[in-house]
Amino acid sequence: MTRQEGLPSFTSSVALVARREITMRLRSRAFLVSTAILLLLAAGSVFLGSLASNALSHPKVAAVGSAQSAAHQVHSVRVVDVDTAAEATKLVKAGSVDAALIPSSEARLGFVILAHDSVPSLVVAQFSEAPEVKLMEPPKQDPAVAYLVAIGFGLVFFMSSITFGSAIAQSVVEEKQTRVVEILISAVPVRALLAGKVLGNSLLAFVQTAAIAGLSVAALAATGQTGIFASLGAPILLFVVFFIVGFVMLAALFAAAASLVSRQEDVSWVTTPVTSLVMIPYFLVIFFNTNPVVLTVMSYVPFSAPIGMPMRVYLGTAQWWEPLLSLVILIAFTAAAIAIGSRIYSNSLLHTGGRVKLKDALSGRN
Amino acid sequence: MLHVDQISKRFGDHQALSNVTFDVHPGRITGFVGANGAGKTTTMRIILGVTAADAGTVTFRGQPISGEDRRSIGYMPEERGLYPKMRVAEQITYFGRLHGMPLTSAAASTAALLDRLEIADRAGDAVETLSLGNQQRAQIAAALVHKPQIIVLDEPFSGLDPLGVDAIVDVLKEAAAGGAPILFSSHQLELVERICDDLIIIAGGSVRASGSREDLRRTHATNSWELHAPGSPLEWIAGMPKVNNVTIDGDRARFTVSDPSAAQHVLMQAALAGPVASFQSEEPTLATIFKEVIQ
Repeated sequence: MTRQEGLPSFTSSVALVARREITMRLRSRAFLVSTAILLLLAAGSVFLGSLASNALSHPKVAAVGSAQSAAHQVHSVRVVDVDTAAEATKLVKAGSVDAALIPSSEARLGFVILAHDSVPSLVVAQFSEAPEVKLMEPPKQDPAVAYLVAIGFGLVFFMSSITFGSAIAQSVVEEKQTRVVEILISAVPVRALLAGKVLGNSLLAFVQTAAIAGLSVAALAATGQTGIFASLGAPILLFVVFFIVGFVMLAALFAAAASLVSRQEDVSWVTTPVTSLVMIPYFLVIFFNTNPVVLTVMSYVPFSAPIGMPMRVYLGTAQWWEPLLSLVILIAFTAAAIAIGSRIYSNSLLHTGGRVKLKDALSGRN
Repeated sequence: MLHVDQISKRFGDHQALSNVTFDVHPGRITGFVGANGAGKTTTMRIILGVTAADAGTVTFRGQPISGEDRRSIGYMPEERGLYPKMRVAEQITYFGRLHGMPLTSAAASTAALLDRLEIADRAGDAVETLSLGNQQRAQIAAALVHKPQIIVLDEPFSGLDPLGVDAIVDVLKEAAAGGAPILFSSHQLELVERICDDLIIIAGGSVRASGSREDLRRTHATNSWELHAPGSPLEWIAGMPKVNNVTIDGDRARFTVSDPSAAQHVLMQAALAGPVASFQSEEPTLATIFKEVIQ
């Protein structure tokens, strides 16, 4: 008579829903293609970066006659020995060298630097003597690298949040639009449905991000750019922890926002506020990654903490307890987002047709 | 037994249901009949717990229906819904598992249902590639895959071709034979009349009639008769005692009687006057009863 033994537990319902989300996403060609493109971009940019930095830091010069010995004394230029000034001029014109060193008795160094249409500052720097500089507060990290790290954290967080956040939103509205949701909630608790969606997509986001990070690290190692690891290890680890918590928070908000509407066409409209919460920190970290005040604020605001706090740890401007405090704030906010999000989701799920007002969704008024 | 007791529901200024009361008996197919907007879907959603009633209770086996009872209901919503891109068998198995079946029995139950509903050959296709009729069969399978102990179907036959109707009726009769109370709504009266054991007629948010099909017919019997006597004049019938409402159409006459013996007297007179081709009492159709009770 009784079927009690057959009713699934909350966790197994969550697992079933999460597994369906993952299976369907992995079966989507759009998802597979975009993941492949992201991976190629990550690996490609590391390789290109290494090629470019090689070309930039080791300019190629053609040296004629007596200038050849001067050229060979400088280590960071690649020298092509040629016999005549005419031949050197031809190479410069063709662009196969960055500049040519032509002997000249009138020049102070005994040669002039011949270039095509702009001053080859890298070459000039090699043959000049720079005055010594003393910084009162030497930076712990190279600002150019810090900029790249900021973009890296920002981009990864931004991209995965948008990609998987909108995947959750689409999936919520698909169930509303096709009315599958009525069958679903006659079978499983609404909270299990929401939790399964958030869990499934969070796992995918995490695995995709880990794959991108792993591939980038492998590419850095393959191109010999290993110096960057020592300073980035801890920030990356911190980023992963913050990313996981922060993504769950955003996922709950995306699901709640999407549940307010019933048609795919309306999704982007209701998720725009959530999207901005992800976009603003991304632009802030790009423009203000050297501004300590902005970074400090960012490292505590839950929506930007996954970018801001690892950045400050990388720059060495955070005390040891600061990441912990920020993480506690983030976790508290995530718990609140899940509570409010699941309330909105439960109350809006069966309202089809027009858009549900946020006020009504929160109060549960029919 | 599923018992709906004194359910009321108001949406804003509109009283959708008032004191709706009826029973759905185990092992019987109960038809829930009413015009659009009469309150069928709202009542079903209240049974499901998807909508809350303002007043009244739903009990199952004598106890207020529990969350667990509700989650074991096989439900087909009015608005059809399946995942368009998911494969048919995969999707139905998924619903079975959400209801707590282990993978193997969910898959076995899915295969059996698809076979019974004659869409087994489409098991591996995405739902969106199926015809609407076949999508509807898949929808029925989704409602029944977990061998529900209560079955609630909102307009399961609308938009189905006769073959589809027959396939679904067979499956429902089998489920009823297994002891599940089945409630389904429909506005196709002939169909309901053909397959239902019990009937509930709702109009304007209140139940106007309910009971077994035979009881309803008996209660609403009109004592109406039809006589077919080719070649004889029939005008004399109007002059017979206890005979009313005579209408004559060529060599056929229809009339009602206020005493059963009066009909026999008419037959005797007709036989004396000439050959009688047929003489029969007209049972009220569901359509007739429906029109009568909703007024």
